[in-house]
Amino acid sequence: MPSERSALQWIVLFIEKYWLQFLKGTGMTVLLAVIGTAAGFVIGLIIGVVRTIPKQAGGKTGFSLRALALGVLNSLLAIYTEVLRGTPMMVQAMLIYYGLTEFAKVNIAAIPAGMIVITLNTGAYMAEIVRGGIQSIDPGQSEAAKAIGMNHWKTMLYVVLPQAVRNILPATGNEFVVNLKDSSVLNVITVTELFYATRAIRGSYYRTYEPFLIAAAIYLALTFISSRLLRLLEKYLDGPRDFSLAQNVGRTRRK
Amino acid sequence: METVIEVNSLRKSFGSNEILKGIDLSVTKGEVVSVIGSSGSGKSTFLRCVNLLEWPTSGDILFKGESVTRRGFKLPLYREKVGMVFQQFNLFQNMNVLQNCVIGQMKVAGRDRETARKIAVECLEKVGMQEYIHAKPRQLSGGQQQRVAIARALCMEPDALLFDEPTSALDPEMVGGVLRVISALAHTGLTLIVVTHEMAFARDVSDRVVFMDGGVIAEQGTPDDIFTNPHNPRLREFLTRFLT
Repeated sequence: MPSERSALQWIVLFIEKYWLQFLKGTGMTVLLAVIGTAAGFVIGLIIGVVRTIPKQAGGKTGFSLRALALGVLNSLLAIYTEVLRGTPMMVQAMLIYYGLTEFAKVNIAAIPAGMIVITLNTGAYMAEIVRGGIQSIDPGQSEAAKAIGMNHWKTMLYVVLPQAVRNILPATGNEFVVNLKDSSVLNVITVTELFYATRAIRGSYYRTYEPFLIAAAIYLALTFISSRLLRLLEKYLDGPRDFSLAQNVGRTRRK
Repeated sequence: METVIEVNSLRKSFGSNEILKGIDLSVTKGEVVSVIGSSGSGKSTFLRCVNLLEWPTSGDILFKGESVTRRGFKLPLYREKVGMVFQQFNLFQNMNVLQNCVIGQMKVAGRDRETARKIAVECLEKVGMQEYIHAKPRQLSGGQQQRVAIARALCMEPDALLFDEPTSALDPEMVGGVLRVISALAHTGLTLIVVTHEMAFARDVSDRVVFMDGGVIAEQGTPDDIFTNPHNPRLREFLTRFLT
């Protein structure tokens, strides 16, 4: 008798019967979070760097085409971050998925649309995080780089960004965890991630509690494991705390 | 004597606050110039203008006779040849000692890794830091960091080096080691401009001492002129505070 089952028995039943659906949903959720965070990170990095380009080469003042172009570009980037951060991802998903089909006559599948939404959204948040990360680096670092002849790009690439990226790693990890959870809103455009899969499973027995308890446990496991992994990555990037004195450094080492 | 750096009526304002009110100075090859003066007299701003970390409001700087502020001047090339050592060392925190000394050589001067490493080790030997090539900046004392910063500047094989209060952020017992390194450089024919509060260093090592006051050069001359026969009343006052 199905109604005689305890909650635990229901859970076992759901896992036995629908483990593959749960697994597929989990896989899609992880994929969305990984792609969204990675691509969003790249977008954020590019925007963050573009926003730090000096408006005037070498501190000159007055009007120049370069300053105008940078001004326009910065305004566009500011609009992008404000709009994406100021509207819910669920609404963005609807607008992009249905809007593209309706107005641009582009037939886009739900999954790529979902990936675009989560990427654009993460990019807007990462842009602010990267900007903060760059600003947190002691200006002395880029002065020293300029003083040995590095231009803006080399200074960014070799000196500022490696330090900034290290500093924003915790915030980036946080974005990843948020993406694991918030990818669930993409169910509104029928992306088959974990929430969508769970809702489908619920329909088979008209039981809500147990499938979503399983989903909650999976979400929790995903976020817990990824925050631990990120902590390990931070430790690895910081390198050893001690160093050894070099011997015979006068002779150039040969391979 | 060949003039390396020539500063012509240099002015610098931050907003309505004029820090430098017309500086003229020309430094010849191999000369060691100490710049002294109270805090707020514009010493550091002057030095930062010389390698254009601050852009002059007016006036000009000539490097080997060529204006460095004119359009199209290759600023990175100039900075490669006029090195700078900072009060706060500013070693690249994401690199170890060796990488700090190699990065500019490879990415700016275009040397290959082997050559860069060889030059880096030579320069680190000059400052007595060759044993520490694997250390990260934060693992070193202030004096050690400053010696590495000097080696990093030397690696670019500069024509001139600018020192911005190189010992002001150091514990007293670290000062001597860094000053000895700078003194040794003074005897190698390198052109040095040193902003300093170390009067003994200014007196014993420099060829010329420049006293700055209120954004202008109030007096300059040989160490002997400045320390035993000062004319400017502000300089006299300044020296009595230091030499008592």
